[in-house]
Amino acid sequence: MAEAAVRCLRDGRLDGEHAPALAVASNIQCGPLAAGAMLHLAAAVASNAAAGKAQARGLVIVAFDRSPEVYLDFMRRRGLDPNALNRCVRILDCYSDPIGWNQKIRSQQQQESGADLCSANKENVTIFRNVKDLDKLMCSTIDLGRGFAGEGKIYFSIAVDSISSMLRRASVSSISSFLSNLRSHDQISSIFWLIHSDLHEPKFSRAFECLSTMVASLEPAVVDSVYEEEIPGNISFLEENYSKAKFYLRLKRRNGRVKHLYEELHVEGNDVRFVSASSVSTEVSQSLLPKVQFNLELSEKERSDKANVVLPFEHQGKGEPIHIYDGRRSLPEAQQDSNLTASALLDEVKFPKSAAPKGEIHYFRDSDDEQPDSDEDPDDDLDI
Amino acid sequence: MEEYGGGDFLSEAMGSGARVVVVEDRVEAPGAFALHLLLKRALAGGGAAALLALAQPFSHYDRVLRGAKGGAISDSFVRLYGDIQRAIDASRTGDNTGRFTLMIDDVSLLEVAAGGSVDDVLDFLHYCVTLTSEMNCSLVFLIHEDIYSSEEGVGVLLHLRYIADLVIRAAPLSTGLAADVHGQLSVVNKCTFREQRLKAQRIWNFHFRVKENGADFFYPGSRH
Repeated sequence: MAEAAVRCLRDGRLDGEHAPALAVASNIQCGPLAAGAMLHLAAAVASNAAAGKAQARGLVIVAFDRSPEVYLDFMRRRGLDPNALNRCVRILDCYSDPIGWNQKIRSQQQQESGADLCSANKENVTIFRNVKDLDKLMCSTIDLGRGFAGEGKIYFSIAVDSISSMLRRASVSSISSFLSNLRSHDQISSIFWLIHSDLHEPKFSRAFECLSTMVASLEPAVVDSVYEEEIPGNISFLEENYSKAKFYLRLKRRNGRVKHLYEELHVEGNDVRFVSASSVSTEVSQSLLPKVQFNLELSEKERSDKANVVLPFEHQGKGEPIHIYDGRRSLPEAQQDSNLTASALLDEVKFPKSAAPKGEIHYFRDSDDEQPDSDEDPDDDLDI
Repeated sequence: MEEYGGGDFLSEAMGSGARVVVVEDRVEAPGAFALHLLLKRALAGGGAAALLALAQPFSHYDRVLRGAKGGAISDSFVRLYGDIQRAIDASRTGDNTGRFTLMIDDVSLLEVAAGGSVDDVLDFLHYCVTLTSEMNCSLVFLIHEDIYSSEEGVGVLLHLRYIADLVIRAAPLSTGLAADVHGQLSVVNKCTFREQRLKAQRIWNFHFRVKENGADFFYPGSRH
């Protein structure tokens, strides 16, 4: 479920640091799936905010590529009720009228001139009409975020969909400063954006990756050389690319370590889901195992026999109760059990029972370590 | 196979949810026949259509655009967009509430009209795309793919592929010329969030043969 990324976006910023930022990079071969990934992330962040689990009180979506309705529909399908949507989601609509043509036409028709750059047509959708002016865009975004209700300091998350559309009308440097100003703004909890990297020079998308703490890149499930060479031929084998894609996530920890994660993104009908790499790889290994004359798999009986083998370092008891030294028993109790205490053993070393020397191996098992309670690295918070 | 049977073949591949259709063609395999089929389809269901016919000599829009020079280009695109909106409104009067289809033949010439300014063309196309969500309109763009084969000119074509729900691409046979097959057609249906169908086939390949009044479609190898 792209859990790691969503968790970072949920946890938000720490005092004195910039907000965590996720760049989702995609290309034409997984174009429609990139939209799915963005919708999934937006819905996940919004529902975390609605449930009060996140640092952010809500999510502001700066929508260039898709109509606000697409987001709202998707979130409704993900189980966010209208109440939560109104409370926790604001959309700055740069899709319907990005450079003010509609308004121009309307004012020409009605001979009106009161041009208002921002106008709200619904409770949580605000139309923005001059996307060339990034300063205004930033002000409007932050204003929307300040509108979330709550006590104390209000944090909010931002989604930008997509940077590629912004790049058509603004320079790389101005968009970079837009993003880094947002990241350093002290009310912004986290930010994520989508970029179609093949629409721009490679250095552009790298410039934006540098601004992010996490990079998720979508790559096609089936790589083909035919399509790239623009030779139209039988492209049916690409069918799979329209329902799933590889999702690589690279995240940089605060201690500077970089973690790579791999998942698969599946789109079925209206639904988007992530399949973790381990289950993918077992599926693959089961289907890809070559047919050989050797028996590579265990039968059910062999499996149970294997599980019943008693390992040599365990005391086997021979009918007596098994005593395993656990290091925690109180002393008097331990003294009664003279066989297994360290002092008894020492005695045995000093005064060997010469009459009947026994060959014995004593195994002292450490008390069991506590299992880490999640999949997180226990050394995460080590600042080295 | 009858004439309309062939059309149905294409209809099956197209499904029903596509709002933005891009037809890509080449000099060796013109895609005008696909445009004609789509136009018939659009008019058949009681819908209305506007043809932004830059490739035709009788076009009003052609004159509007060519008359503009330099800085006035984006203004004329605004006017053009306003004209389209009015045309849609006009078609809505009365009891005609069918879907409106806007065809642009072709996008490459829009670029010529804009004096090579890709951004103005893309702005215009974006506004056309907004019509699909706000005014229940569908779009058909024709674009000549082979014009964009060089590295630097790939902009408009790639952008179109991004915004398309459905790409129909006509190309000559990869195996060379044939007497009764005029080319191959691949249809890629990208509809993801608008259509409820699960596990639908997304990519189709046909061969086609253009006839005087329509076209035949058949699977490769089924007609020899």
